[in-house]
Amino acid sequence: MLQDKDRIFTNLFGVHDPLLKGARARGDWDGTAAILARGRDGIIDEMKKSGLRGRGGAGFPTGLKWSFMPKESKLPAYLVVNADESEPGTCKDRDILRHDPHKLIEGCLIAGFAMGACAAYIYVRGEFYNEGCMLQAAVDEAYEAGLIGKNACGSGYDFDVVVHRGAGAYICGEETALIESLEGKKGMPRMKPPFPAGVGLYGCPSTVNNVESIAVAPTILRRGADWFLGIGRPNNAGPKLFCISGHVNKPGNVEEELGIPLRELIERHAGGVRGGWDNLLAIIPGGASVRLIPKTICDDILMDFDSLRNVRSGLGTAAVIVMDKSTDLIRAIARLSKFYMHESCGQCTPCREGTGWMWRTMNRMAEGRATIQEIDTLEQVTRQVEGHTICALGDAAAWPIQGLIAHFRPMMEERINAYKARISSPSRMAAE
Amino acid sequence: MPKLTIDGIAIEVPAGSTILQAAEAAGIEIPRFCYHERLSVAGNCRMCLVEVEKTPPKPIASCAYPVGEGMVVHTDTPMVRNGRRGVMEFLLINHPLDCPICDQGGECDLQDQAVGFGSDSSRYDENKRAVKDKDLGPLVKTTMTRCIHCTRCIRFITEVAGVPELGATDRGEHMEVGTYVEKALSSELSGNIIDLCPVGALTSKPYEFVARPWELQKVDSIDVLDAVGANIRIDSRGPEVLRILPRLNEDVNEEWLGDKSRFSIDGLKRSRLDRPWLKKDGKLQAVSWAEAFSAIADRTKGLSADRIGAIAGDLCDAESMLALKDLMTSLGSANIDCRQDGARLDASRRDFYSFNTSIPGIEEADAVLLIGTDPRKEAPVLNARIRKAVVANRAPVGSIGPVIDPTYKTVHLGFDPSVLNALHNGSHPFADTLRNAKKPMIVVGQGALARADGAAVLAAAWRLAASVGALTADWHGFNVLHTAAARVGGLDLGFVPGANGKSVAQMLDGGVDLLWLLGADEIDTARVGANTFVVYQGHHGDAGAHRADVILPGAAYTEKSGTYVNTEGRVQRGFKAVFPPGDAREDWTIIRAFSQLVGKTLPYDTIDALRARLEQANVAFSRIGYLPRFGCSDLTGPSGDPAAVGDAPFALAVENYYQTDAISRNSPTMAECSATKPELAAAAE
Repeated sequence: MLQDKDRIFTNLFGVHDPLLKGARARGDWDGTAAILARGRDGIIDEMKKSGLRGRGGAGFPTGLKWSFMPKESKLPAYLVVNADESEPGTCKDRDILRHDPHKLIEGCLIAGFAMGACAAYIYVRGEFYNEGCMLQAAVDEAYEAGLIGKNACGSGYDFDVVVHRGAGAYICGEETALIESLEGKKGMPRMKPPFPAGVGLYGCPSTVNNVESIAVAPTILRRGADWFLGIGRPNNAGPKLFCISGHVNKPGNVEEELGIPLRELIERHAGGVRGGWDNLLAIIPGGASVRLIPKTICDDILMDFDSLRNVRSGLGTAAVIVMDKSTDLIRAIARLSKFYMHESCGQCTPCREGTGWMWRTMNRMAEGRATIQEIDTLEQVTRQVEGHTICALGDAAAWPIQGLIAHFRPMMEERINAYKARISSPSRMAAE
Repeated sequence: MPKLTIDGIAIEVPAGSTILQAAEAAGIEIPRFCYHERLSVAGNCRMCLVEVEKTPPKPIASCAYPVGEGMVVHTDTPMVRNGRRGVMEFLLINHPLDCPICDQGGECDLQDQAVGFGSDSSRYDENKRAVKDKDLGPLVKTTMTRCIHCTRCIRFITEVAGVPELGATDRGEHMEVGTYVEKALSSELSGNIIDLCPVGALTSKPYEFVARPWELQKVDSIDVLDAVGANIRIDSRGPEVLRILPRLNEDVNEEWLGDKSRFSIDGLKRSRLDRPWLKKDGKLQAVSWAEAFSAIADRTKGLSADRIGAIAGDLCDAESMLALKDLMTSLGSANIDCRQDGARLDASRRDFYSFNTSIPGIEEADAVLLIGTDPRKEAPVLNARIRKAVVANRAPVGSIGPVIDPTYKTVHLGFDPSVLNALHNGSHPFADTLRNAKKPMIVVGQGALARADGAAVLAAAWRLAASVGALTADWHGFNVLHTAAARVGGLDLGFVPGANGKSVAQMLDGGVDLLWLLGADEIDTARVGANTFVVYQGHHGDAGAHRADVILPGAAYTEKSGTYVNTEGRVQRGFKAVFPPGDAREDWTIIRAFSQLVGKTLPYDTIDALRARLEQANVAFSRIGYLPRFGCSDLTGPSGDPAAVGDAPFALAVENYYQTDAISRNSPTMAECSATKPELAAAAE
């Protein structure tokens, strides 16, 4: 249970002034020059020590990622901030952009300085129109106050922040597709290697970070890595924004420490599952791309990277989608399949062809218009997509279906049998 | 150089190679669709999956993965096999499987690999995707439902052809390859996307439903429709040439071919001369070979030798030109010329008229100056090499003459030859660019030479090359870009006026009474005097034949075994694919037969004997296919006076790429191509 004194996002609900005056009152931009004065290595070491894991979904250690940036390079380096938050169920970056933009901007300066970047590009999801405006207003303010731009915060370091609006494609949230899109091309993921730290934006060394990862960096550096490490569980340190949606009484965003029991998270912050905990059917714990977990697992699972991985799911973006017993789970997963088919970039074969196949089969499964053997075929198709694609969208499309089959196969079989019984029943024959 | 092991074979490959390249070096073939060694790596088909030890347990795309020291790669494990089978299944679920009516059938990568890696039945019961076909002009037929989205065509058109007109619209399974706003491709190299397409999505429109690959007789030959000498394969069935494909030659055309060379073959079936003709009472009448020969022989009687002349055309093989030259010499005439367009070429030294940098040498150039030439129209395949150098070396390109769009950035320096002097004396800013370059290249086009001050332009260009350091012991940066396949061969054989001999212009203006045109159609026949007796020997009823008094039917390049010298001076040999039509004969045999009739029997009865004579005439003909590269040790320039350049603006030698010679002018496909070009249509009106 996170105590109020340990909260990073103190304006998460937008009750205070989001702009510079309010931000300063909350402690942002306090002693930024002193943080920069610790030097590149000092900052990166502190970040590594804090154990911060990337908040975008994959959970890669942020300090380590920063350290991949070349120390000496003839080319300029860039920090790219991924604010293309499109994962279904996720809405944490949005609240940072509109209620606490200065945390992000200060984070950009510190992270950019630590990796030797000359500028940060913040790629804002196209649909986040108002959020983009708020962020731009904050950036303008920061320039005016001399916090960024030439001699940022009086540190002698020149640093620019550019806000770029996307056009609303989910795939542009993939780091290399985001870079392509930022360059003005069609948002299609690039092959790795080379990794962006070597060849990224405009062919220059770049690092792509999630909004939340960057926004928490200034606070970590101000309060120290040990403070951050003290929250959460080993290897899963720190507070984290959780987005709770679905069949709960009070959906919303909340900052909590990693490793909080899922049940406690929902009951304390979201008013509990609609109709009580026993009415729970399943939960998708980390945004649409992870495998769902049934109630039996939900009962005692802890919300952190490692615990969820152990039950073959994942923390992802920590977007908790709660589904009670009124949910048609097969239909729900079929809808997710449609989303992935719609958002596949079409570049590589397994994802382009496989997502359509999966959606069509899932659609029939939802009706029951299928055979029992087709469940196995569907499972094999997801395995054929998973791990065979350029980016992780193929995996993301495969996992929800795999989770459904793993935990709710009897439900699917029942649906198929019911359909079979219905179409072959004599009453139907008579009616015709 | 990293060492790695692939399927137990230890191999060492250059750093930066990919696993796929390393496997190829180890003799292991990895299936692929999107990967092509001459295009950028896309990595999107996912067919080339392999397993690498000590990486995350998932297959990786070998086409894009760099090799590392001590890497252990497996190309045939259950994981790899499953991966490939899966990809194959995905590729086929939305592929129409209409192989029986697909022109690609029999030479389709998807077919072949489906046999190797596919399953025998499909698990996909849903409806297949259908995609609307695109109209890409008269050459490339599309069946977009068959497309597997490998993007080879997009990458070729963008990277090699340099006209970024193709792209993918929409995304996911709705992704479509096309031009967005439907239009014909403007590239002269567009036919190559047909070869590149691994499936039947892009096929040849003129060849639509014509033949199956296994019915075809395949013969190696050399293209003559421009002076690059692209290596081609002629596919024929019975008496008919059905299609022409490029053949791999790294030193000449890599594996590309210009559209004219590929698609003008339907011109070989039209307006052909298939029997001898003789003008009687002002009208051409069909006659026998004997009659035609005796009519010419009668005419030569009593003519003084200097009233007899011969002009060789642009498509001639070296053998027939030598036979004609020998005939003229034995008759005592020095009136021979192979420069139909009147280009003031200096035949006294080989490097005055060759593309000395050589085609592979272009890739080393770091600055280019184009003088009176548009290489995109005159030699599209060679132009792709220049583009390669421009892209790879960031070579600046300057052009003098009409404003051109050669698919790469050029700086327009001026319209007329006076710029050459400004560059020479350093008053023009581009002079420094050339001077600072390590390997500058100067390309002189026929448009700069086929004019009154052509000799002066040639000399001025040479002088400029010498002064900017383009002529050194290990770099020869002076180049003449020809447009005629026969030209360099003719110059090599000395098919130019001898002592007191008459040039093309003099022969046309009444200088001779008997004029022998060997496939010469690019001359102004109206200038030929009314009393001049014209013998036309060739394969098409084109300009020359219309003025002829006697027509001797010859063979087109697909119908004879011939030796050609390309613009670099590379001697190459093509073989006979089909027989000439009707009574037509191979050209050298016609001249040999006639020589006997006038009592000047040429001393060769076989093509081998004639080729021995070729080598005797010029030792260059003993090196087939191979071109030694020379620097320039002798800076003495051509005979012209560099100061005598005029101020008339340069014109281009080729205005309409699609119609430059007797074959392409008679090709309906080429006519259609020029009709799709708005700028050409506007010019014609």
